[in-house]
Amino acid sequence: MKYLRDIGSYFLMLKKVFSSPTKRSVMRELIFKEIDDLIIRSLGIVAFISFFIGGVIAIQTALNLDNPLIPKTLIGFATRQSMILEFAPTFMSIILAGRAGSFITSTIGSMRVTEQIDALEVIGVNSLNYLVFPKIIAMLFFPFIIVISMFLGMLGGYLAGVYGGFSTSADFIAGLQNTFYPFHLVYAFFKTFLFAFLLATVPSWHGFYMKGGSLEVGKASTKAFVWTSILIILTNYIVTQLLLSQ
Amino acid sequence: MIKVENITKHFGEDEILKGISTTFERGKTNLIIGRSGSGKTVMLKCLVGLFLPNSGEIFFEDKALGEMNNEEQRILREETGMLFQGGALFDSMNIEDNVMFPLRMFSDKSRPELLARVNEVLKRVDLENVNKKFPSEISGGMKKRVSIARAIVNKPKYLFCDEPNSGLDPKTATLIDNLIQDITKENNITTVVVTHDMNSVMEIGEKIVFLKNGKLVWQGTKQEIFKTNNEDVTDFVYSSDLFKKIRNIQIEEN
Ligand SMILES: Nc1ncnc2c1ncn2[C@@H]1O[C@H](COP(=O)(O)OP(=O)(O)OP(=O)(O)O)[C@@H](O)[C@H]1O
Ligand SMILES: [Mg+2]
Repeated sequence: MKYLRDIGSYFLMLKKVFSSPTKRSVMRELIFKEIDDLIIRSLGIVAFISFFIGGVIAIQTALNLDNPLIPKTLIGFATRQSMILEFAPTFMSIILAGRAGSFITSTIGSMRVTEQIDALEVIGVNSLNYLVFPKIIAMLFFPFIIVISMFLGMLGGYLAGVYGGFSTSADFIAGLQNTFYPFHLVYAFFKTFLFAFLLATVPSWHGFYMKGGSLEVGKASTKAFVWTSILIILTNYIVTQLLLSQ
Repeated sequence: MIKVENITKHFGEDEILKGISTTFERGKTNLIIGRSGSGKTVMLKCLVGLFLPNSGEIFFEDKALGEMNNEEQRILREETGMLFQGGALFDSMNIEDNVMFPLRMFSDKSRPELLARVNEVLKRVDLENVNKKFPSEISGGMKKRVSIARAIVNKPKYLFCDEPNSGLDPKTATLIDNLIQDITKENNITTVVVTHDMNSVMEIGEKIVFLKNGKLVWQGTKQEIFKTNNEDVTDFVYSSDLFKKIRNIQIEEN
């Protein structure tokens, strides 16, 4: 029962987010601020993790290759496939659910607790549009993060593979270029957009509708992280089932 | 003028407001008083439209809140200023931007023009040279003043204040009370102040509404509040030791 009500309230929230818009000039500023908070400030951690994860995938693939019949190019191929299909879009979204998501919940939640949201309403601002809409727009830039993640993952794999002595440069690059289906990119970016939308809206819902004091803000952030992750994983499963399986 | 007709409000099973009717007059500081938990904040939030009453009606100059269309509601918002119990300043903005915020939402004027108005109201509340500070960097009393500045920057017709002087020392509290009353007179505003502070009642209580457990049990002026025989009211009025002592002296003298 409670879950049904929550789902209903989530969709009602979305409806309000897209109604009575905030003044253009104000909204533009808000969007730039959110791009900075949610996208630019996430680049560091995403770059760091992607680079090393790429390296680890390459090394592990190489270590498991003891059958001489399997070509060495598999190392580059496996790195590319894992990064593009899962690690960049899904893994990075989960990381962002922790970083950007809990940031969203705690800032909106503390505005709720300190009556700043009420203040917005009294001033005549549609607080949901004011707070959530710029986050959704900012998250449209999320695919850029994913591109960077894909690139750095492959670079990390290359460096770890070649300089760790697991593969030659030529083999690795051949692997990277081996049987490439552009549709895999379509799949990856399609789900990235869905994740971006979840990342912007689910933590916002948790912050906006929270009750209580500053202690509950912390709890709401944790809950938001858990739910955003769960929804990302479920969406990932459904999209994969629909787009990749024949 | 604001007229309240038989409003009720419940949260789930709990009936918080149990049919309240009264009027708040223009150019006066109207007070809502009562013990903690009596429903003062809920009533104020009904007046500003943050809560929707379950029944009853609220009239702003004879226009029912429930019958206003979107445009009329927007105009009413523009004419309303509110001072929240905790200040509710926007943490992410400095003082200047906080006060400018309602102006920016409603006017297309350039920033320097808006800034002139912001500085004017900041001066009115005796705050100068704090423009670039953030809410976390100023004292509680200053925060209240910034909130007042933000509430009046749009020249509202209606001003609502939730415990404007709670948590302040008595002298600063009186200053804030007087500031609110002066602004009310200067601009002929309909002001509603929620308080449980007898000092405020003595200072600015032109019309007083007394709530107990969500019911209006008494209303009148500050002169009348000392003459009433309503026990709830006298209990409240003489709840402070200081008042009790003064009263005892008066009784002895008679
Ligand atoms: N959003 C809400 N949901 C449920 N109950 C609420 C809500 N807001 C207030 N109440 C309940 O309404 C009652 C009156 O609360 P209110 O905040 O109006 O008291 P108050 O008179 O302002 O007290 P104080 O002087 O302490 O501020 C309380 O019992 C409170 O628990
Ligand atoms: Mg209160």
